[in-house]
Amino acid sequence: MKNNVQRELPEDLMKQYNYQPYESTEIGEPVYQKVAPKVKVSTGDDKYSESLAEIVKKTVKDGMTISFHHHFRNGDYVVNKVMRLIIDNGIKDLTIAPSSLTGAMNDILIEAIQKGTVTNITSSGMRGSLGEFVSHGGMENPVIFRSHGGRARAIEEGSIKIDVAFLGVPNADKLGNANGMYGKAVFGSLGYALMDAQYAQQVVLLTDNVVPYPNTPASIKQTQVDYVVKVDAVGDPDKIGSGATRFTKDPKELKIAQSVNEVIVNSPYFKDGFSFQTGSGGAALAVTRYLRQAMLDNQIKASFALGGITKPTTDLLEEGLVGRVMDVQDFDKGAAESMHSNQMHQEIDASWYADPYNKGAMVDQLDVAILSALEIDTHFNVNVMSGSDGVIRGAIGGHQDAANAKLTIISSPLTRGRLATVVPEVTTVVTPGDSIDVLVTEYGIAINPARKDLQEAFKDLPGLPIYTIEELQKKAEKIVGTPAPIEYNDRTVALIEYRDGTIIDSIKEVK
Amino acid sequence: MEIKNTAIAGTLESSDIQIMLSQGNNGIEIELESEVKAKFGAQINAVITETLKQYEIENAKVKAVDKGALDCVIKARTITVAQRALGIADQPAWEVF
Repeated sequence: MKNNVQRELPEDLMKQYNYQPYESTEIGEPVYQKVAPKVKVSTGDDKYSESLAEIVKKTVKDGMTISFHHHFRNGDYVVNKVMRLIIDNGIKDLTIAPSSLTGAMNDILIEAIQKGTVTNITSSGMRGSLGEFVSHGGMENPVIFRSHGGRARAIEEGSIKIDVAFLGVPNADKLGNANGMYGKAVFGSLGYALMDAQYAQQVVLLTDNVVPYPNTPASIKQTQVDYVVKVDAVGDPDKIGSGATRFTKDPKELKIAQSVNEVIVNSPYFKDGFSFQTGSGGAALAVTRYLRQAMLDNQIKASFALGGITKPTTDLLEEGLVGRVMDVQDFDKGAAESMHSNQMHQEIDASWYADPYNKGAMVDQLDVAILSALEIDTHFNVNVMSGSDGVIRGAIGGHQDAANAKLTIISSPLTRGRLATVVPEVTTVVTPGDSIDVLVTEYGIAINPARKDLQEAFKDLPGLPIYTIEELQKKAEKIVGTPAPIEYNDRTVALIEYRDGTIIDSIKEVK
Repeated sequence: MEIKNTAIAGTLESSDIQIMLSQGNNGIEIELESEVKAKFGAQINAVITETLKQYEIENAKVKAVDKGALDCVIKARTITVAQRALGIADQPAWEVF
C-alpha cells in the first residue's frame, strides 16, 4: 500500500489500527462529533492532597491512557515522579500520550516499557536513548507520532482518550485554578496542557506552589480539575528554557537568515497586517532581527506572530511592530514574562493554534512560516523525525500544521558535517512537499515548481541565486559523497500521522 | 614502507578526523568510530587505505575517530599521520599530494 507521497505503508498495521493512507493537505469540511469527558461531581473541597502516591494509586489502573505536557522540556520532574510510583505499583499495559517527550524522562520510560508498565506511546517526538531504544525494536507496538495540531484533533475526536492527565504547574490553588506564569518553574503558555485539562477523564495537577484561592489568571480552571497535589518541585527552572537568547555569530546561519528575510520581504505577503511564525533555532532568531529592520524600513507592521514564542518576538510586540502574540508555548523566560505583562500576548491552546478539525485554527490564517528540516528531498518532502541513520531523534512539533501558511519557508544549511540536508529521498516523510514553498540554504534558494507566482516574484533578486531543488541536491552530494543506504528490518516501530489522522509514513526497525 | 613510531594527526573538532597510526602485521586494520559510519564508513576506510598504499604501507593499525570529515580532509590527515609515522615529516612525499 502506497500513499500519495509514494511511501510504502505496513498493510497489517494500517488495518489493525484502522488507518487510511495520506492523500492530500486539503482537510475539506468533514462533520464529526467531538467527545466530552466523564465528570465525577465534586464541590471541590476534597481535591487537595500532599501525597502523590495516594492519588496515583487512586487514579491509575491497568490498561489506561495517561498523559503529560512537555512545557517543562528538559527540566521536567513530573513524568519521573509519576512513572516511578506507577511502575512500583506494578501497573501494566498503559498507553502514555504526552504532548511530547524530551530527554528528561528517557530512562524511566525505557524501564516502564521493559517492565510492561507502558505498552503504547503516542507523542510529538522522542530523542536520545528512548529514540534509540524504540528504533532498535524495544517496543512491541508501534509508536504513533502526531503533530501538535494532530494531537489536539485526536483528543477532540476521541482517538486519544485520556483517562488521567498529570499536569505540572508552577502555581495552583487548592481547587485547581492554575497558570504557567508565576512561581519557580515558570514556562509561560500552558497551550498543550489545556487540551488535557479540557478532555481528560481525570485531571491531576502537580504543583510546588500552592497559592490562596482563587488563583488568577486561571488558564486551567477548577471546573476541570479532580486533584491538586503538592510536591517538592515540578521542574528545574534552569533547564526549562534556553535562558537569555543568544544571537548567532555563525556566518552560515546569518547568511541563511538574511536570505530568508529577502524571500519574505520580496514576497507578495510582506504588507501591512501580515502574520508569521518562526522557530527557536539560531537562524530563526536571526530572521526575526532582520525582519524587524525590514518592517521599520518599509513601515510595515504585522498583525500577529504565532506558535512557539521567543523574546525577540515579544520585543517586536513591545515595539509595536507586531499587533498580537498568539502563544502556545514559550522557548525562553523573556517570552514567558511577556505573557503576564502584556495584554496583547495571548495564551492559546493547541486546538486554537493548529487543530485541522475545528471551526478554524490560527495556522490557516498564517501568511509566513519559517521552519527547519533535518532533511528535505527533491519533492520538497521534509523529515524532522529520524536521523540519517534511520534512528528516531526528533519531533513533529507544529511542523505539519504551520506548513499550511501561504508562504512556507524551510531554512536549512545544504549540508551538516558530512550529511546532506537536501537529498533524493528523505528518510521519513513528516511534512508533505505540497505544503512547502521555498527552501533557503546558504548557497541559494529553490522554489516549489507549483508556485509559479513565487518563481516570478523572486527572479532577478541580487544575492539570491535560484536553483532547482535537484541542482541543490546534486551540489550537496558533490560535497559529501554518495551515502550507502540504511539497512532496516521488516518490523515497523513507528507510524507518522499527518495532521488529519491519515498515515504519511512509517519508521522501520534499524539493523 | 616501515612504520617507525606511532603517530597521530587531526583533532576531534566537528568536520575533522583524528587518525592514529601504529605498527601492524596483518594488513591495514582500521578501527573506525564515526557518527556517519552506516552511510560513509566504507568510503572513509577506502580513502585511508588508498592513501596509505601510496606510501607503500602494507601493514598498519589505524584508529580513526571521525567527526564528519569530507574525503579531502580524511586524505590530508592520513598523509600527515603517515609522514609522521614513517619519520619523514620533513620530507613531504609530493607525488602523494
